[in-house]
Amino acid sequence: MDDLYREIIIEHYKNPSYRGKLDPHDISFSDNNPLCGDHIQIDLRVDGSGVITDARFDGHGCAISQASADLLIESIIGKPLEEVKKLNKDSVLELLGIDLGPVRLKCALLSLKVLKAGVYGMKEASDALVE
Amino acid sequence: MKFDVIKIRQDFPILERQTREGARLIYLDSTATSQKPRQVIEAMDDFYRQTNANIHRGVHTLAEEATALYEGARERVAKFINAESARQVIYTRNATEAINLAAYSWARANLKPGDLVVLTEMEHHSNLVPWHMLQLERGVELDFIPVTEDGLLDLEAYQSLLERRPKLVSFTHMSNVLGTVNPAAEIIRLAHQAGAVTLVDGAQSVPHLTVDMQALDADFYVFSAHKMCGPTGIGALYGKADLLESMPPFLGGGDMIREVKLRSFRPNSLPHKFEAGTPAIAEAVGFGAAVDYLSSIGMDKIAAHEREITEYALERLEEIPGVKLFGPSADKKGGVAAFTLEGVHPHDVAQILDQDGIAVRAGHHCAQPLHEKFGIPATSRASFYLYTTKEEVDSLVNGIYKVKKMFG
Repeated sequence: MDDLYREIIIEHYKNPSYRGKLDPHDISFSDNNPLCGDHIQIDLRVDGSGVITDARFDGHGCAISQASADLLIESIIGKPLEEVKKLNKDSVLELLGIDLGPVRLKCALLSLKVLKAGVYGMKEASDALVE
Repeated sequence: MKFDVIKIRQDFPILERQTREGARLIYLDSTATSQKPRQVIEAMDDFYRQTNANIHRGVHTLAEEATALYEGARERVAKFINAESARQVIYTRNATEAINLAAYSWARANLKPGDLVVLTEMEHHSNLVPWHMLQLERGVELDFIPVTEDGLLDLEAYQSLLERRPKLVSFTHMSNVLGTVNPAAEIIRLAHQAGAVTLVDGAQSVPHLTVDMQALDADFYVFSAHKMCGPTGIGALYGKADLLESMPPFLGGGDMIREVKLRSFRPNSLPHKFEAGTPAIAEAVGFGAAVDYLSSIGMDKIAAHEREITEYALERLEEIPGVKLFGPSADKKGGVAAFTLEGVHPHDVAQILDQDGIAVRAGHHCAQPLHEKFGIPATSRASFYLYTTKEEVDSLVNGIYKVKKMFG
């Protein structure tokens, strides 16, 4: 359980490397976790071959949601959109290096949900995106 | 009899358990649901072992005994809130269903488009959404008594709302976030002067204070058993007899009828008119055992104990740098301490406290508009009951220091 607040998570929460907005951007999407009011916005720049050249996240929420957003953004810069579509729950848990109960899992997966909804150009994010 | 918290704790088997190795449960979430004393657990267990049968029409021994237990519990719940008669206590699933019953039956029969319903900014979602739904369906207007910075209702603003002649004033007796105990008798008196019907959400007050229907003069009053040492799945709607008599039935089915023809029915008398289908019988037995338990200790003593714990908790929490408390001072509130800790999200606070067995709630506590009012998405909330000790408050304070260190 102490692992849940591993240094890496506290560090990414307190000093995120990719917090901010991109203007201009090619893709932008945001959503809330209604349970706790966590909010995440993700902006992406994508080149002609569909590769993410830059990305940022913004928002507020618990350490788990914000740290996982920072780690996720770090992991996708330089990757093709097609690869992002393949990311799932396990990819995020691997980034965080922890195991989570069902309630906190929603916090951890919010950023991936937002990212995939943006990449797929959806109007509304769905939990099915991250299963 | 002297109030002895250590002895009381022995009535609650769950307080013995550990939630993880070496961390005995410190339960500070009674505002969400209280723990249950063995007197309640045993009453329900006995019912299923000895008496279980469906109620009312059966003539066999078990059916008669079960009916007597079910109705006997209603008598005791009615007495607990000093209702004029037991037939004015309608069993529901919980306080939420009781509000919905009033909204579907009374309000839909009595409110027209443009009629004003006055609520407050500190309501739980259960006393907001049924009225939002009525607004959509019926075109009634909603307005709200504002909450002041220190977490009290703005009664001057209430006076001006009353000049608009509302048809209904529906408000919480005690806020589940701020802990504010509202001056219910005064609010009701003013509403009646203006010709409005009143509904009081007593989900937080009935478990913690002495409430007296005849002294309050409320038209409707709702509460849930599970927050007052009773089981989940049962609550009550108290109503003035003439109002309940005049209301159309809410749910249709067995038990709520006097007579059924193929194409028509005649409704039963109170309280059965509003209790369709087989009800939560064992839960009613548990509800009765819960009010017996609380009465045997004494609501005045419980309230005094909670006051002492709350004063102590607010004092200790205030000392912690970065902690911001919400709600009024201890003399104006019940046993609730909602707070934020600078730089740490309430969910993280709750999760880290859980490592030491400390159960607090984090989130908007089903009062999103109130949190919006204070400009925060969420709070952590510790709440206290008859079994809470000062040592548990100390553990909470130590736990918060641990959180601060972790995020330091």
